[in-house]
Amino acid sequence: MKIRLDNVVKEFETFRAVHGVSLDIDSGELVALLGPSGSGKTTILRMVAGLEYADAGAIYFGDENATEIPVRDRGVGFVFQHYALFPHMTVGENIAFGMKVSKIKRSPQAIAARVKELLDLVQLSGLKDRFPGQISGGQRQRVALARALAVDPRVLLLDEPFGALDANVRRDLRRWLRKIHDELGITTLFVTHDQEEALDLADRVVILNKGKIVQEGTPEAVCRNPADAFVMNFLGDANRLEAEIRGGKAHVDGVAFEADGVADGSGQILFRPADVSWREDGQGIAARIVRVIDRPDSRRVLAMTESGQAVEFDTAPEFTHRRGDAGFLDIRRPRVYAAA
Amino acid sequence: MAHPGKGKPPRVGDNPVFRRVLLTFVLVLVGLMIVAPLVVIGVEAFSKGVAYFGAAIAHPDTRHAIMLTVITALIAVPINTAFGVAAAWAITKHDFPGKRLLIVIIEIPFSVSPIVAGVAYLFVFGLQGLFGHALQTMEIKILFALPGIVLASMFVTAPFVARELIPLMQAQGRDLEEAATSLGASGWRTFFSVTLPNIKWALLYGVVLCNSRVMGEFGAVSVVSGNIRGQTNTLPLHIELLYHDYNAAGSFAAASILAGLAIVTLVVKVALERQGAGRIQRPSALAGADTVTPEVKP
Repeated sequence: MKIRLDNVVKEFETFRAVHGVSLDIDSGELVALLGPSGSGKTTILRMVAGLEYADAGAIYFGDENATEIPVRDRGVGFVFQHYALFPHMTVGENIAFGMKVSKIKRSPQAIAARVKELLDLVQLSGLKDRFPGQISGGQRQRVALARALAVDPRVLLLDEPFGALDANVRRDLRRWLRKIHDELGITTLFVTHDQEEALDLADRVVILNKGKIVQEGTPEAVCRNPADAFVMNFLGDANRLEAEIRGGKAHVDGVAFEADGVADGSGQILFRPADVSWREDGQGIAARIVRVIDRPDSRRVLAMTESGQAVEFDTAPEFTHRRGDAGFLDIRRPRVYAAA
Repeated sequence: MAHPGKGKPPRVGDNPVFRRVLLTFVLVLVGLMIVAPLVVIGVEAFSKGVAYFGAAIAHPDTRHAIMLTVITALIAVPINTAFGVAAAWAITKHDFPGKRLLIVIIEIPFSVSPIVAGVAYLFVFGLQGLFGHALQTMEIKILFALPGIVLASMFVTAPFVARELIPLMQAQGRDLEEAATSLGASGWRTFFSVTLPNIKWALLYGVVLCNSRVMGEFGAVSVVSGNIRGQTNTLPLHIELLYHDYNAAGSFAAASILAGLAIVTLVVKVALERQGAGRIQRPSALAGADTVTPEVKP
């Protein structure tokens, strides 16, 4: 099922508003809505679900205008951050709930068969008669997914699906969700504030800030070509140096970087800690080491440029320079933006 | 060998002397203030023998008072239960301006003396009151009749159910209802299969408290009922009347009925607390109390 958001607006008295978002999601696509808290991503998801109504704009499911269709009839599967399993029902009853209340009548045998099928799909076959309070967080989230899938939704919506789980479980579930999605081919939209999760799972990432889309594209496109300093910062660790843009070049401490298409004036260059080499032959920005932090697979160096700007970069474990040593920062793949 | 450092408390704040003094203080007060009066009621009720006790209970005025109290409870408790559920539902699952004010207003009967409520009803429905004249010309009797007694009882017990439900339903949030709706359940279906099972123990607890208060209410009812023997005397009022008639044994016999009702209420309350009333879900408690799962059917 194709989903289309056309200039959707939602105003709140609080900060989590949505200011005119348009988005196309292809049938069978797995799309991540990524943004910091308050960026409006959950509000967008809830509007697609019909749990909240848009103030303006329209939401289409295929060619059908779904904007005013209540959640009950919209045919979406919604997975809540805190699972929202019915605590007084067993796992099996939770999964069967949607089929029991459905307008489409199913025989008890058909429901039981479907529950079994879904439990197999989410690999929880032995837990049918347990209560939600008796299973782990990861298992609860899988039950919540099975319950959402039971009603054969046109669209699957997940709100921070792994937000309440610890890191290892989260990574496993992520890969597993991708597998399920590839098996079922259901159009899926999920919300996360974790860029790693979005890049790991999604076909396409939609990055939001302050209720607006700032960039959308494949994980590769947004990683290799961040649209602005916000995206660059949000996707991962980034260093920022103030620069002056003159005639297509960005100047920092006497070193010039390519700055095609950036207007003259004050600007900034951003780069990843992995894209810095420490040199002693005078190539790059002069700096002095302030501190070296050890990590299992690398050493993180904190340095200060001559103009007093802090830079962090990663080096091999064999790096032997110490606090106070002077040298030069050779920056690869710098990204130049106008000053914010 | 005893513990090393004998004479010192095993834990901070667990000094044996302090513990004994504290326990003694509490037990003496409980004995004097709560247990002794109840024992006295039991003893005095039977002081003139079982036959006299039976006769006192069987007296038409006493029987009428018991009936009136039960009827009042049968009317006031269901209405206040419905009100409590509706109020808790509105406050916890919906946003509207004045929500906090509503919570405060619902709690007013807790802090206002019941006699104030009684007097207020007099002022509204009494002959010299706001609607008194209109009611009289329509020949509707509210004061010194059952409607007045029920109204006064309802005022006093209005917050009981809502007060039990609001914190629980607030803690549960709206996720469950949203989940049920997104799965295709109607509003009624969501209420009966999702909301109600998750609040049922707290709801029952609130109903029990509400009921015991309705049956025992004295102040507000005494103002609006007019104390007409055999007509508008509820059990608590009747007890007072008997006592003023120097019929101590009769008064204590009637009081023992009321105390008996209170003890039944207490047992039910403890049983409910064991089931997890007022607490967030314990699956084991709910599992045991739940109806048979469909899968068990042949």
